[in-house]
Amino acid sequence: MYAQMIKSEATQDDPEKLAAFQARIDAGEKIEPKDWMPEGYRKTLIRQIGQHAHSEIVGQLPEGNWITRAPTLERKAILLAKVQDEAGHGLYLYCAAETLGVSRDEITEMLLDGRMKYSSIFNYPTLNWADIGAVGWLVDGAAIMNQVPLQRTSFGPYSRAMIRICKEESFHQRQGYDAIRKMAEGTPEQKKMAQDALNRLWYPSLMMFGPSDKDSVHSAQSMKWKIKMNTNDELRQKFVDQTVPQAEYLGLTVPDENLKWNEERGHYDYTDPDWSEFFDVIQGNGPCNVDRLADRNKAWDDGAWVRDGLLAHAKKKAARQHAAE
Amino acid sequence: MTRDDAFAQFLLRMGDNTLILGHRVSEWCGHAPVLEEDIALANTALDLIGQTQMWLGLAGEVQGQGKSADDLAFLRDAWDFRNVLLCEVPNGDFGRTLMRQFLFDAWHSIQLGRLMKSSDERVAAIAEKASKEVAYHLERSADTVVGLGDGTEESHRRMQEALDYLWPYVGEMFQSDEADAEMVKAGIAPDPASLREEYDALISRILSDATLTIPDSSFAHKGGRTGAMHTEHLGHLLTQMQWLQRAYPGAKW
Repeated sequence: MYAQMIKSEATQDDPEKLAAFQARIDAGEKIEPKDWMPEGYRKTLIRQIGQHAHSEIVGQLPEGNWITRAPTLERKAILLAKVQDEAGHGLYLYCAAETLGVSRDEITEMLLDGRMKYSSIFNYPTLNWADIGAVGWLVDGAAIMNQVPLQRTSFGPYSRAMIRICKEESFHQRQGYDAIRKMAEGTPEQKKMAQDALNRLWYPSLMMFGPSDKDSVHSAQSMKWKIKMNTNDELRQKFVDQTVPQAEYLGLTVPDENLKWNEERGHYDYTDPDWSEFFDVIQGNGPCNVDRLADRNKAWDDGAWVRDGLLAHAKKKAARQHAAE
Repeated sequence: MTRDDAFAQFLLRMGDNTLILGHRVSEWCGHAPVLEEDIALANTALDLIGQTQMWLGLAGEVQGQGKSADDLAFLRDAWDFRNVLLCEVPNGDFGRTLMRQFLFDAWHSIQLGRLMKSSDERVAAIAEKASKEVAYHLERSADTVVGLGDGTEESHRRMQEALDYLWPYVGEMFQSDEADAEMVKAGIAPDPASLREEYDALISRILSDATLTIPDSSFAHKGGRTGAMHTEHLGHLLTQMQWLQRAYPGAKW
């Protein structure tokens, strides 16, 4: 998932049209780009799909950080394939956003100048090789929690993009788990790397679901529109319940002293992340925010001559073809 | 030099080219000028690393000292690498990266075409698989070289600079030594020099479409494919690539 704190737009449309629109959603119909939709629905979706797309793009950076240091040819190939898949997810999602009337260039500019966000998780560093396994296991694992229900979201292009993305993400999660398992079963140093990765990435992974429901002010409208399918706390709980036994199997310790199975609730009790840290990261003060955005801006600026060159060539070619006809 | 020594040398040359170039291309991850290029660069790097696994795997087998492809990739020092210098020069800007890719792909596609007829069926099988991937690499790098060469004034200037910088590294791909002579004799691989005519015809056509001028010099740096003298850049690349394996010997990853 990579959408956090998506503000639902208030909508001021004709009440009759709104009611008919809501009835279609309630009946489980898909809304397609050419259908009428409330302005708030359109804007909220652009923000949500855009944030997800940007997360895929910025997410290349912490993983790319280890491609040149991957310890075996196979691990290097797996990581390259994963990063390539993620860039591909970015591409589908930008296409889905384009159907709502915003071009990829416009939405990219909004990322680069800070008007749009990407998931807070990618503002944390990848410091040892086990982080690459942990990113697959925890980060992709958390993403899947949200993306699986979003396959049923009301907006057709988004739903279809999610179906493709989920297939690849669950594959990434299995590969990530396999990579960290190898570390957890390895030498004492490797085990230390795996534990260190879990220690640093556990709470940031829990933050991926967004603030606690009691502080999440934008959920109701989005849930009514089936843009958001579950509350933040529901998904977080599901993630904890799924992940804790996996950590135990690996022989790793989840860094939460209060973590314990609650028989009565049928769920694990756990400590919430430090929400003040979360809000710091969202506001640009995470460990890597400045560097990540600087990297993306540099790539975009350094690439301007390439984009201009290819565009100029395409125009010349079209003109030559036109002249020859 | 025994036939097996020569064969191992040949396989290291193939595998080291794809390993080192694949590594260089992978350095771009997340920094390409446009999303489609990020995908294409990762895809190219992935293909090259996959080919490395096959070539170096076979090299280890032929050497017969129980070395895996990973041992060869991660535990040799620079003097044992046999890639041409073209593959190890730094990426530079996107133009230089794509020009390097094109100059290599053109050679690679012709070489693999010949290797598909190798007397050694393992070589022929690897070549057949790799040639499908490389046909796509060449199509893309040639299109991009043409697009940028014949694009704006700036893109043209940058591509010409890239070609001027890389040209002295082209000749090494066609140099030969006694290991190559052994390979020709065994029908395993062609004489490198025999690829030059087809190569020149191919690149002349593309570079002319790209409105670029091939430098008027036949000077060629050498020392990569023999291991006699790599560039200063290779050591830095290996420092990064081999770090985990060197720092934690014997660990399984």
